[in-house]
Amino acid sequence: MENKAVREIFPRDAKKSYGLVELMKGASPIVRKEPEDTVYTWPNLIMIELICALLVTAALILLVQFEHAPLRSLADPSTTPNPMRAPWYFLGLQEILVYFDPWYAGVVLPGMIIVGLMIFPYVDTNPKGVGYYTYSERKFAVFNYSFGFALWWITIVIGTYLRGLDWQWYWPWSDKLAHMNPALVTLVPLHIVFVNLLHVSKDVAKGFCDIIFLGYFAVGMLIPYFFMRKFYDSMGAGRYITFMIFFLSMMGVGLKIILRLLFNIKYIVVTPWINV
Amino acid sequence: MLEKMKEKVVQTQLFKSVFRHGYPDNELNQAYVVFSNIFLHIHPVKVRRSALRMRYTFCLGGITLFLFIMLAVTGIWLMFYYTPYTGLAYKNIKDIQFVIFGGNLMRDLHRFAAHGMVLFVWLHMTRVFLTGAYKAPREFNWVVGVVLLVNTLILSWTGYLLPWDQLAYWAVTVGTKMASYTPFIGQNGPWGAQLGVNPTNDLMFMMIGGTVVGQNALIRFYVLHCVVLPLVVTVFLAVHFWRIRKDGFSGPL
Repeated sequence: MENKAVREIFPRDAKKSYGLVELMKGASPIVRKEPEDTVYTWPNLIMIELICALLVTAALILLVQFEHAPLRSLADPSTTPNPMRAPWYFLGLQEILVYFDPWYAGVVLPGMIIVGLMIFPYVDTNPKGVGYYTYSERKFAVFNYSFGFALWWITIVIGTYLRGLDWQWYWPWSDKLAHMNPALVTLVPLHIVFVNLLHVSKDVAKGFCDIIFLGYFAVGMLIPYFFMRKFYDSMGAGRYITFMIFFLSMMGVGLKIILRLLFNIKYIVVTPWINV
Repeated sequence: MLEKMKEKVVQTQLFKSVFRHGYPDNELNQAYVVFSNIFLHIHPVKVRRSALRMRYTFCLGGITLFLFIMLAVTGIWLMFYYTPYTGLAYKNIKDIQFVIFGGNLMRDLHRFAAHGMVLFVWLHMTRVFLTGAYKAPREFNWVVGVVLLVNTLILSWTGYLLPWDQLAYWAVTVGTKMASYTPFIGQNGPWGAQLGVNPTNDLMFMMIGGTVVGQNALIRFYVLHCVVLPLVVTVFLAVHFWRIRKDGFSGPL
């Protein structure tokens, strides 16, 4: 950095390849640093860290005066508690089990969340917004992160406060001790809806469903390719395909939750091996 | 008088062998204390003035590390009173709660520091995300961070089984049941049965050492929780911090 004071006090001598840059107070040399830019870690930063650690300790000790670690009765393989809740950080996945089969909700989806988080730096090609808080310069990235974690936290809240006996939906004012009548809600695969609405055979209806499912991914893949060419060009084919698979899957989870809660759809695609 | 005594003490061979430099009240010793002390040397000797502002990092990563250290301390304390045996585990916890001096405090601290660590890992990740700190050249450190997040969750979950109460038993029963739905390598998973996977050779069997959660599962979770995963986290933490120093800071640090 060109320092004003440098030029005023020590004008550069055209005949010399070296020059005196600045005189500073202090006991140690400052090399390639702006004047007065840095402070010693001890005590400045160390004290902040120490205070932070003390505050966290104090807060925890205060907290455990009011809240205690739970301990239920001895483990009993013959008595299943109802409802059975996972630890809160896994309640999101437990709630997703309502909307998807266990192979997806319990295994594939968590795997995709982990891999999806890991690949984020490699598909986010936007060079802006490093080192400061900004939403306007990287709206899409922030949207993706927020959407994913909104799903995560909303399902945790539902699992904690809105699920009761048999993992049925209980409003805060519902009677927590009375079992809901599961017969009130009939879940159907999507193709049965088509059979009833369009009076087509089951196989034709299943074909519709397969087309809708594949079409969702195909159209999703193609729309940005054709209509948001800048977005595609900034990423390149490899990054684009990787990102879109994760993006469409994440959006798909949201769509499936809506379909299940509002229209009682159990599956979109039914195959002999897996149902989604 | 006091001055003289102090002078005598700090000039002894014993004192000088432990402390290589004087008290860090001048700039030379302030530099020495950071780069000659193993615990402080993860810091640079000097930091930018703006790094002292809290509103960039909010100390979230630091708090996470501190909670991890706290969990190690309280966890080792609890290990003195705990036996990973189904016939004793629950009684041990009862003893910790009602008999052993300070037991309740240590167990509660361990429990809530664990909640806190999960929460602060997430907050730290959100901070890193919102400041774009994961972008080049720091991409790989973000990946290391995700590994640490996953390890934190597994640590918390393996610890969940150890009290051997109804909460522990059923949370882990349901959780490991999920593993049996893994495609190809789970007995209930798609293409599992077709590949000859059954209850005695699938992923769930490997995790709990049997077909139901029992003694084998308890000892596995105990070893994972107390030895394997803390070591893994420590190694990845070392990489995480090393990379912060090597790849540089993102913000006004």
